[in-house]
Amino acid sequence: MSTKDQVHEDVTIRFAGDSGDGMQLTGSLFTNTTALLGNDLRTLPEFPAEIRAPQGTVPGVSSFQLQFGSRKILTPGDECDALVVMNSAALKANLSLLKKGGTIIANTAGFDKKNLNLAKYPEGVNPLEDGSLDDYELIEIDVNKMVKEAIGDMGLGYKDEDRTKNMFVLGLLYWMYSRPLDSTIDFLNLKFGKKKPEIADANIRVLKAGYYYGETAEIFSSRSQITVEQADLEPGTYRNITGNEALVLGLVAAARKANMPMFLGTYPITPASDVLHGLAQHKKFGITTFQAEDEIAACSSAIGASFGGSIGVTSSSGPGIALKGEAIGLAVMLELPLVVLNIQRAGPSTGMPTKTEQADLMQAVYGRNGESPLLIVAPSSPADCFEMAFEAVRISLEHMTPVIFLSDGYIANGSEPWKFPKESELANINVEFEKPRHAEEDEPFMPYRRDDRLVRKWAIPGTEGIEHRVGGLEKEDVTGNVSYDPDNHQKMTNIRRDKRDLVANNIPEQNIDQGNETGDVLILGWGGTYGSIKTVVHQLRREGMDISHAHLRYINPFPKNLEKLLKGFNQVIVPEINDGQLVRLIRSEFLIPAMPINKVKGRPFGVSELKQEILDLVGEETATKS
Amino acid sequence: MSVQTLIDNFVKENEADLTALPDYSGKDFSSDQDVRWCPGCGDYTILKQVQNAMPELGIAKKDIVFISGIGCSSRFPYYMDTFGMHSIHGRAPAIATGLKTSRPDLTVWIITGDGDSLSIGANHFAQLLRRNVNVNLLLFNNEIYGLTKGQYSPASPKGMVTKSTPYGSIDNPFNPLALSLGADGSFVARAMDRDPKHLKEMILRSHKHQGTSMLEIYQNCIVFNDGAFELFTDKKTRPQEAIYLEHGEPLVFGKEKDRGVRLDGLKPEVVTLGDDFSKDDLWVHDEQDSTKAHLLSKFFEHPANGEGVQFPRPFGVLYAIDRPCYDEGVVAQVQHAKETQGEANLDALIQGNETWVVK
Repeated sequence: MSTKDQVHEDVTIRFAGDSGDGMQLTGSLFTNTTALLGNDLRTLPEFPAEIRAPQGTVPGVSSFQLQFGSRKILTPGDECDALVVMNSAALKANLSLLKKGGTIIANTAGFDKKNLNLAKYPEGVNPLEDGSLDDYELIEIDVNKMVKEAIGDMGLGYKDEDRTKNMFVLGLLYWMYSRPLDSTIDFLNLKFGKKKPEIADANIRVLKAGYYYGETAEIFSSRSQITVEQADLEPGTYRNITGNEALVLGLVAAARKANMPMFLGTYPITPASDVLHGLAQHKKFGITTFQAEDEIAACSSAIGASFGGSIGVTSSSGPGIALKGEAIGLAVMLELPLVVLNIQRAGPSTGMPTKTEQADLMQAVYGRNGESPLLIVAPSSPADCFEMAFEAVRISLEHMTPVIFLSDGYIANGSEPWKFPKESELANINVEFEKPRHAEEDEPFMPYRRDDRLVRKWAIPGTEGIEHRVGGLEKEDVTGNVSYDPDNHQKMTNIRRDKRDLVANNIPEQNIDQGNETGDVLILGWGGTYGSIKTVVHQLRREGMDISHAHLRYINPFPKNLEKLLKGFNQVIVPEINDGQLVRLIRSEFLIPAMPINKVKGRPFGVSELKQEILDLVGEETATKS
Repeated sequence: MSVQTLIDNFVKENEADLTALPDYSGKDFSSDQDVRWCPGCGDYTILKQVQNAMPELGIAKKDIVFISGIGCSSRFPYYMDTFGMHSIHGRAPAIATGLKTSRPDLTVWIITGDGDSLSIGANHFAQLLRRNVNVNLLLFNNEIYGLTKGQYSPASPKGMVTKSTPYGSIDNPFNPLALSLGADGSFVARAMDRDPKHLKEMILRSHKHQGTSMLEIYQNCIVFNDGAFELFTDKKTRPQEAIYLEHGEPLVFGKEKDRGVRLDGLKPEVVTLGDDFSKDDLWVHDEQDSTKAHLLSKFFEHPANGEGVQFPRPFGVLYAIDRPCYDEGVVAQVQHAKETQGEANLDALIQGNETWVVK
């Protein structure tokens, strides 16, 4: 056993290895175990777009970072306390993310001549041996050898043996951070137990070998185990969840609460494909998934389903949303419900498929021909994807208008503990189709007659007496007939805009997440920047700054009270993972000199960099004033 | 308990009593909108024949949907007193797939043209046929872009002079029927606007077929491509140039029914009936023979016997087979999941496999 336990408030660790080394799985398993222990946490999976980038090279490195702690954790951490590197490329790609004095656990088998060459270290240089890592605590282990010793007698092939390497480091990290093995053992038995019990057995043996290595190895004898106490989370039952998983559950829940079938028309694209994979499993909830021939067909099929009375959903990322643009415009014209999911990634064009960005906001607001107003919502964290997906469906159905749901790669793949709701706690979504009519008794049906929210009726095929035609040509007010009348076009354009604006009556008012309702500085964020902003504002408030944080989850229309709220502050700062998009909307909509903080590096804001940027901006402002 | 949604209930409640369908006439399917095609346009006859065919389907008006793309022909749904959607260019097959898959109770028709389906929407056209969604597609082929005022289309013959090809088109055209068979279409047929009786018969056959019915209709554009199909539509030349296919009947044509097509191995040839060949020597049409259907689809600008003699252009059903429909498969999977996977318990789904309690 270790000498004496150290208690830490938070810890950031990073697993890095080759794409084939199973780092994502290792990270997820560590995450699950950690969540079950009651720590708060956030994760950041980072992997190359290539399925198997050349082995051993820097572009082929796949990493998984997580921060966990006994305090509220809102970001995956800036710098890591411990870095696991399975080969030399992983060290090269990730060393800059390790704290000075941090721990490196290096698999020495990945630092042979071949691997050093592949990682493009200069001839004869081995970072494990040349003293360049003297500022860190270096723990060298030949994991390949350890695995061989642990399961060499099982007679598995080289490949199967090699694939268990990640379990050794996982076991070792479990020992270092005092985590139990049972959840991972259960997982391995569930995954391999029935079909390949020997593989389950091998992995479990290697996992335990890693754990016991920590306990007994001499290099660790002087080292203490680290304990991270349970976080002080709100009482309740929790699970761990990624953004895309929460999104899928939110959609299923909304379909259930609307008592409606859901139809997902989609086309595979990173990082949105998991939405298709998830929903495809939930057919028994009345969900149909259609993998279309392209993005346009995907969106069009969802519109067809919506015309027939299903909840039409289409999912993609930026490039696919660009292709769907014309069809989304059709849904605006038809005034049919449609939920468009955009899991944003770095652009333009193909950009960086596996890296995060928030640069599709303008595309969502304006990216169609003509005046084409629709609704936009944006989840602020992985778990928030559940509620916002539910909301997207709700407002789309209630207002017969397309909704764009703007998530991003960071939220989609990142995870956090989630105090999940019960079905009974979710509100019903009430949908009523137009009723049958009979020529003798009833008025003729007018497809574009509206209620006081300017919403037309959902009139679906199969309903007697309301046969009617819709289409992309401009509609005459009330009748829905084709019209080229100038005044009518003006009127219909205004109606579509006002209909969008009236949705503000059916969404929550904007709240202040942290800080005072009025004051000196307001940080206004949206989407995946929530955790970083919240952490920074918390720190700055503790340091005495008059600063508040508001986070937009409804972007189009803006919440009704947003203008008043913004005008209660001397300075509004808008940090975004783009080149300045929400900030432009805010400036043009409210005529206030909101200031941007922008970064596009495919990663979320680090807490310290964001803090510095805010301090710089606030300082400038103060300097100008005095 | 299986999931019973609003739509399931809706379909049950609104199920048409087919025994008590109103005594529809063609006029009942005519909407209150003024038809706005050019005078003399072939679309008028097609509209009329579709309207005339509707009462014979035995389907309630409320259960019929027409979906179109963009182009002259795609205005069609506005003129039908059924449910309808005039959508976006080329995408009607995708919209129809979403509709039919989620509402198999509906009878869905796609109205499209050669520009809509063979150019901008060619992908969706091919995918629809491959999937065999149970819908009917009427392809109005006039070998020209009419609505944009006269550019060549992917069906225009090589050399055609149009506004966009002042020196003649150098594009090799699509052969729509060969394309459909290549995409594994389960029903491939051709008709023409100037033979309304046969056209209506083909519309009814399309409806009867389970799976995607692809009916190409030669349609005259009186303004930009007048007379494109005159060889087949003119009563004087039609007997020599067109051949009407009948399942189980030999391929006979000609004014005097004196010519026929026979097969020399897999090589078709046009023969004159008389001393050398009798009807018994001719190719007997078999709608279910895909090899023969492919050969027939190639009766398209290919000289016969290398002597400058054209094969007659085939009209009627080239190919019709039964194979599983995509929409039925989708519905069956959902149904199977509902019936075999136990209760759709949302709480269990949200909760997942691993939870912990914070006190």
